[in-house]
Amino acid sequence: MAVTVHDVRKVAQLARLKFDGAEERRLVDDLNQILTYVAALDELPTDDVEPTAHVLPLSNVFREDAPHGALSQEAALSNAPRSGHGHFRVPKVIE
Amino acid sequence: MGESNELNARSAHELLPLILKGEITALVVCEAVLSAIDAQDAEVNAYITVDKEGALAQADSVDKRLANGEDVGPLAGIPVALKDLICTQGLLTTCGSNILPDFVPPYDATVTQRLRHAGAVIPGKLNMDEFAMGSSNENSARGPVRNPHATDRVAGGSSGGSAAAVAANETVLALGSDTGGSIRQPASFCGVVGLKPTYGRVSRYGLVAYASSLDQIGPLGRNVTDTALLYDVIAGHDKSDATSADLAFEPTLPSINKGVEDFVVGVPTEYFAEGLDAEVRARVEQGIAALEAAGATTREVSLPVAGHPDYVIASYYVVATGEASSNLSRFDGVKYGLRVEGEDLGDTYCCTRSAGFGDEVKRRIMLGTYALSAGYYDAYYLKAQRVRTLIKQDFERVFEDCDVLAAPVAPTPAFRIGEKVDDPLQMYLSDIYTVAVNLAGIPGISVPCGASSEGLPIGLQLLAPPFEESRLFRAARVVESEGGSTT
Repeated sequence: MAVTVHDVRKVAQLARLKFDGAEERRLVDDLNQILTYVAALDELPTDDVEPTAHVLPLSNVFREDAPHGALSQEAALSNAPRSGHGHFRVPKVIE
Repeated sequence: MGESNELNARSAHELLPLILKGEITALVVCEAVLSAIDAQDAEVNAYITVDKEGALAQADSVDKRLANGEDVGPLAGIPVALKDLICTQGLLTTCGSNILPDFVPPYDATVTQRLRHAGAVIPGKLNMDEFAMGSSNENSARGPVRNPHATDRVAGGSSGGSAAAVAANETVLALGSDTGGSIRQPASFCGVVGLKPTYGRVSRYGLVAYASSLDQIGPLGRNVTDTALLYDVIAGHDKSDATSADLAFEPTLPSINKGVEDFVVGVPTEYFAEGLDAEVRARVEQGIAALEAAGATTREVSLPVAGHPDYVIASYYVVATGEASSNLSRFDGVKYGLRVEGEDLGDTYCCTRSAGFGDEVKRRIMLGTYALSAGYYDAYYLKAQRVRTLIKQDFERVFEDCDVLAAPVAPTPAFRIGEKVDDPLQMYLSDIYTVAVNLAGIPGISVPCGASSEGLPIGLQLLAPPFEESRLFRAARVVESEGGSTT
């Protein structure tokens, strides 16, 4: 399952990242090296082993459905690169 | 570095009674820390942000409240600096990244709130590998931290600033975070004590996430007592973190001097196999001998999966990068941080992220996205999660017969700055003895057990079953009092 430049471009698009040609070649090499190493896991038989997503035996932690304090609109927008009229501003999405 | 008779070099448990009795003020302690930062940090580079004004105001307020006879809390006037991914209301939080050059959190992390309520003084925010991804602190957008014991060496990572600031007396205590060894390894490299608590013991609310199922905030100090003191302040259930363990918490400090006479100490043979530096092995074995001398029984144990370097590193990097690729999607140039405008919204995301993230962060996002992508999920991510179960079971089995485990923290003492930057896999291998602990969710501590012939600190790692941090402090106290401390 060797990683190709094509794979790197596809994954970069999924990850919303851009790379130039030299960076792409470096990533092909790095990912192949790391994934070859990761293949060591195939030595371990795990078909009968449940996966661990989380170490604590927790599920569905609920709280009371009661209103409580939250950030003000001003505070929530205070770090936005661009904002206006109480909103985050982004480039036009719909023509 | 730092004169040992100066206030900034004193331990928290020595300073506290002096402050409470009014023999010294919180203000002079704070000033001593700030002057150590002024004098040394241009070289050590442990701090990203020094909050001189805020710290002095906090110290002054502690003094005033004490003068009024108020109960200020268990850390009254003690300087505690924070790794720069822990949110501090009104104080810059960068995560060591160029994508967050100007993020000022509008709220405090739960640990920050707890420190404030305990009367701590926060001198500033500490350097780190970008988004906690690294083992040497060389991945910081603000430059590497230098090891106070040898400034051509790394301080370790990713909480390198936390360990170096404590070692250089540029704070009295610090908080770091540990996802695969990021508190224990720098603590070992810098000759300080560092605890990675049980997963769920310390709230992650307000911690900028790297790998959510592995991340834990933990304390660093120059001795075990100080570290336990800080741990007792930050530990406990928090409703704001849905993964916080809803269990009663008993303070650890009262029991740290109980000794280890009744302890069985497991020594995992795999952690002493090929690849371990001879001097590290010798110092760690001395530390284990100290536990035996104090009455503990030692026993060789085997961790066939959790002690296998390839299995733990491989499963760690798949799980951690998968979670990171999801967590770091929030940095898109819309809500906070850098924005680089592109042709449209999608291109703006790409331009922002490509300009803002450093190489290692991009590499991990790419690896994680690949491992989670259609067609590869079962082969990589699900497989790694199954191996994670085997790792957890390995520890559960040995803890049936052992109270704690003793092992090295890292295969070598601090390496040279630049030595491993061009080889990501070599860098990942510096975590072989630490990552399994995060995958299993158990607690671990690094305590100094001596130094190499070149004078570089070496740490001994102790591990315990979930929520048994008090055992770690008890055993670490024995190692420390047998002369392991290098600071």
